[in-house]
Amino acid sequence: MKGPKPSVEPFVWLGFSAGGMVSALLVPVLLFLFGVAIPLGWLESPEYDHVLAVARHPLTRLVLLGLCVLSLIHFAHRFRFTLIDGLQLRRYDGVIALGTYGLAAVGSVLAGWVLLFMV
Amino acid sequence: MSTGQEDFLAVRLYRQPVSRLWWLRRPTYLLFILRELSSVFVAWFVAYLLVLVYAIGDGESSYQRFLDRSANPVVIAVNAVAFGFVVLHAITFFQAAPTTTVVRLRGKRLPSAALAAPIFAAWAIVSAFLIWLVVLA
Amino acid sequence: MPDQITLQVARYRPEQESKPTFDEYEVPLRDEWAVLDALNYVKDKLDGTLSYRWSCRMGICGSCGMTVNGEPALSCATFLVDYAPGPVRIEPLRNFPVVRDLVIEMTDFMHKLSRVKPWIIESEEPAPIGEHGEYLQTPAELAEYHQYSMCINCMLCYSACPVYGVDSLFVGPAAIALAQRYNLDSRDGGAEDRLTVLSDHDGVWGCTFVGECTRACPKGVDPAGAIQRYKVTAATESVKAFLLPRGGST
Repeated sequence: MKGPKPSVEPFVWLGFSAGGMVSALLVPVLLFLFGVAIPLGWLESPEYDHVLAVARHPLTRLVLLGLCVLSLIHFAHRFRFTLIDGLQLRRYDGVIALGTYGLAAVGSVLAGWVLLFMV
Repeated sequence: MSTGQEDFLAVRLYRQPVSRLWWLRRPTYLLFILRELSSVFVAWFVAYLLVLVYAIGDGESSYQRFLDRSANPVVIAVNAVAFGFVVLHAITFFQAAPTTTVVRLRGKRLPSAALAAPIFAAWAIVSAFLIWLVVLA
Repeated sequence: MPDQITLQVARYRPEQESKPTFDEYEVPLRDEWAVLDALNYVKDKLDGTLSYRWSCRMGICGSCGMTVNGEPALSCATFLVDYAPGPVRIEPLRNFPVVRDLVIEMTDFMHKLSRVKPWIIESEEPAPIGEHGEYLQTPAELAEYHQYSMCINCMLCYSACPVYGVDSLFVGPAAIALAQRYNLDSRDGGAEDRLTVLSDHDGVWGCTFVGECTRACPKGVDPAGAIQRYKVTAATESVKAFLLPRGGST
């Protein structure tokens, strides 16, 4: 038999890689701002009108949607392997894969709903 | 049941057990597992972000409520830990990404560290831009 | 410096025990001695029943892999003085079944090696042929795969790899690096043949880039790098196969 083994795995890996890159570039500073610096008062919290305008901008929605979906794929793929290798749960890979990728799918739908319709 | 040589050998082979805590046996294994677990905190941020955006969409008082809740010491502690982990994720990912390609300059292969430099630079630029966009603009 | 060092050597004699035990030996601590020299001393002078593999004693045959103080190492390339005052704990290579004492069963690796077809597979368009019928290859073409050709099949990378430790179906670092050695060789036309094995769930996709294999490799092969590069290759092939399905076999 020639050619790559037909499988969804390479595509998931591509999603995992993209998610890793996007989350690595964007998440640290955003988490620092909204999770640490602003709550601690190191930086002034942005005015409501400003964040609303930024959040409503189509480019923001697109970027954040991409960030959320790809980050969730990244998480699902990585966490699945952490469980099956780290805790030696390989025999439950089917259930674990369903759980992690399922969670990513649900989260992605939620992200789409919030970012496209709720702001 | 056959009584061939393979059966004799198979019965006598000693299979070295792998502990369920194998990842505690070496510092590099532990760092690997911590790196992998950073993905949980990436997912945590996604949830946190969606709650924030929802609050923004829900009106100024919701946004203010979100800010108040985010100032809760427990929340700050969780986010501080999460921040540490996502920085670990970023650093290890930027170091890993260049290993997927080979770049040659005048016949010599550039080391992966050299390829990581522009990615780190991009990280700094993107971060600076986002700080400006969120708090300074 | 003391003139003796203690070796704690794992023993496994299936005819008399069901689990490994440890025997201790006092050996001379000589400046130039490797662990292998100490083992040969044990076998010559102290205990002729000790079993272990070795051959070239200079780090090129790949026979003498074992676990020294918890690390996968070539016993001929690991020096006693670096472990002084000792004791030095010597065990068989991890992640492989033990046949006897320090000798491990390596059939699984041999099977995996043959599955990736580590030989030149004739190309449909062969590389340039010289006047004596030899393949021609430029230094630049050699440089493409040279690093991966340094593999001595010592299996230290399999011993270091935690994925192989928990899943013996994983093709493993050396096999993939050797597949790359041929895939990247300008004389070879077998990349497609190897793709099926490598794009399997237990091929490159089983690797989570722990990187321990590259750290353990005594020859600088960097199997982890070879695997990451192949993930891109395999993913590209899968995308191409998805977008442009083959009409039939060639």
